[in-house]
Amino acid sequence: MAVVAPTVAQPSAQPPARRSPRVRWIAYLLLAPGLGWLFLFWLWPSIQMFITSLQTGTYAEGYTFTGNVGIYRDVLAAYPEQLFRSLVYALIVTVACLAIGYPLAYAIAMRAGRWKNAILFMVILPFFVSYIIRTLSWKFILADDGIFLGTLKSIGLLPDDAQIVNTTSAVLGGLIYNFLPFMVLPLFVSLDKIDPSLLEAAGDLYSNKRSTFLRVTLPLSLPGLLAGSLLTFIPVAGDFINAELLGNPNTTMLGNVIQVQMLEHNDYPTGAAISFILMAAILIGVFVYAKLLGTEELTG
Amino acid sequence: MTDVDAAVAFERAEGRGTSNAPRRRGRKKGWFLPTFAGLVIAYLFLPIAVMILYGFNDYAGKYNYAWQGFTLRHWGNLFDDPDLVTALQNSIIIAVVVTALATILGTMIALALTRYRFRGRGATNMFIFLPMATPEIVMGASLLTLFVTFGVPLGFGTILIAHVMFCISFVVVTVKARTQGFNAEWEEAAKDLGATPWVTFWTVTFPLILPGIAAAAALAFALSIDDYVVSTFNAGKTVTFPLWVYGASRQGVPATVNVMGTIIFLVGVGLALLNVWFQRRREVA
Repeated sequence: MAVVAPTVAQPSAQPPARRSPRVRWIAYLLLAPGLGWLFLFWLWPSIQMFITSLQTGTYAEGYTFTGNVGIYRDVLAAYPEQLFRSLVYALIVTVACLAIGYPLAYAIAMRAGRWKNAILFMVILPFFVSYIIRTLSWKFILADDGIFLGTLKSIGLLPDDAQIVNTTSAVLGGLIYNFLPFMVLPLFVSLDKIDPSLLEAAGDLYSNKRSTFLRVTLPLSLPGLLAGSLLTFIPVAGDFINAELLGNPNTTMLGNVIQVQMLEHNDYPTGAAISFILMAAILIGVFVYAKLLGTEELTG
Repeated sequence: MTDVDAAVAFERAEGRGTSNAPRRRGRKKGWFLPTFAGLVIAYLFLPIAVMILYGFNDYAGKYNYAWQGFTLRHWGNLFDDPDLVTALQNSIIIAVVVTALATILGTMIALALTRYRFRGRGATNMFIFLPMATPEIVMGASLLTLFVTFGVPLGFGTILIAHVMFCISFVVVTVKARTQGFNAEWEEAAKDLGATPWVTFWTVTFPLILPGIAAAAALAFALSIDDYVVSTFNAGKTVTFPLWVYGASRQGVPATVNVMGTIIFLVGVGLALLNVWFQRRREVA
């Protein structure tokens, strides 16, 4: 084992050198089908989406390419509130998930002892319920005469017209609930990796709990914090289910507009233009993050 | 590091409490974190409990919101709705095919990325990451523009294509996590003993990375069977289980949704616990 240990302890980022042409040929052969699939059904649609966004026409008569770049100006002028809401909701939800998720991840990693795995399992338990049903369940809980409001109303703690469902709070609440585990898991992974002897060393050097946390624990958990933020921010910015099921017409996000334009109005150029704006905004953010972190950290 | 400190560190690494070890300065155990964690876990459980509970609600009319009494009738007439049965069948068939395809394609990529050095490896890593960084709605919408442009009829096939696409990256990342810590010397040993690369792969490499592949397959299955967003753009007239639930919720959520949700939840949790139990047993054995 003595020979083996260094390799196990340090999984090298670089695979062993195998430079013979025959072996490299095998690597490309292994990559070809999967990458081909992604080229055909991820990259090509992304390009096609851009082309479609520059088409004009109607659903009945068909769309033709006219290079109508003005659509981006029109779309931004037509849906500024939705764009604003998508980004602000995503920011609020990310910060809220961080505020709730960090102490939870910390408690699991540092304090759970032998219950660690059991509690982690509880954190991912919501994933065993379909996303739509989970969100609908909040509609049950928050309904005007449901278990929560109905009870408070019947004992006179709330006026009869009090409402949570169909409000911004309900949408944000649903989003926070649905994406909390995505924040907790990466945070847990990086907190769990921290060598306890580092914390002991800080204590031995007369660091109090506060400064140990701020100067040792927090910096070491940054990769998890950033990964968790991405895993929360990106899907929330593109979400439309919570706004649709728990919100009202004044809580619609970009996702709702895309869905309506594409599937109800069959206005593919408009839907494509909005999707492109959403994706561009997010990809720029991801590249900035990736540069800050180093891509190996992110792509694993 | 003193012996006592080492013992504390060891016990913590082992996941045991430190109750017998002398407490270090400034590590008084507070009540705040455990209480907070408990409350958050309760918050995570709440919608699940409510889902299960309302599957037993004896409500009248369309809206299953106010609690009106206990009944088992929603469990009895579960499969009376032929649309629900079709939706479930579609979802399961799609998930099985998608799992098989995405796991094979993704595992091949993961092997190439971790076992070989080749030109474009960094770019491939980045490219694999991109679909995971794309919001689902953008993937769904962009695929729809492709299918519409080329007149591809929407339905079963287009859902399959879409699901395999978004599962591949997750499979690659999951399998890679296993292949990265992998010890190449075992493969070298097999070769030194005269095994061909093909035999080496199936007798040494594959069994070692199998847990990673199994985890990836489970993830792909879960992603596929629960997908609503991408499916809604590319399903055409085909209905999967999440699409059916969404449609049904438009006119008040029927209690059958709660019952189906409860069954899927119990089966999923049961399988996960069984998996843990088997692994424990294997470790003991």
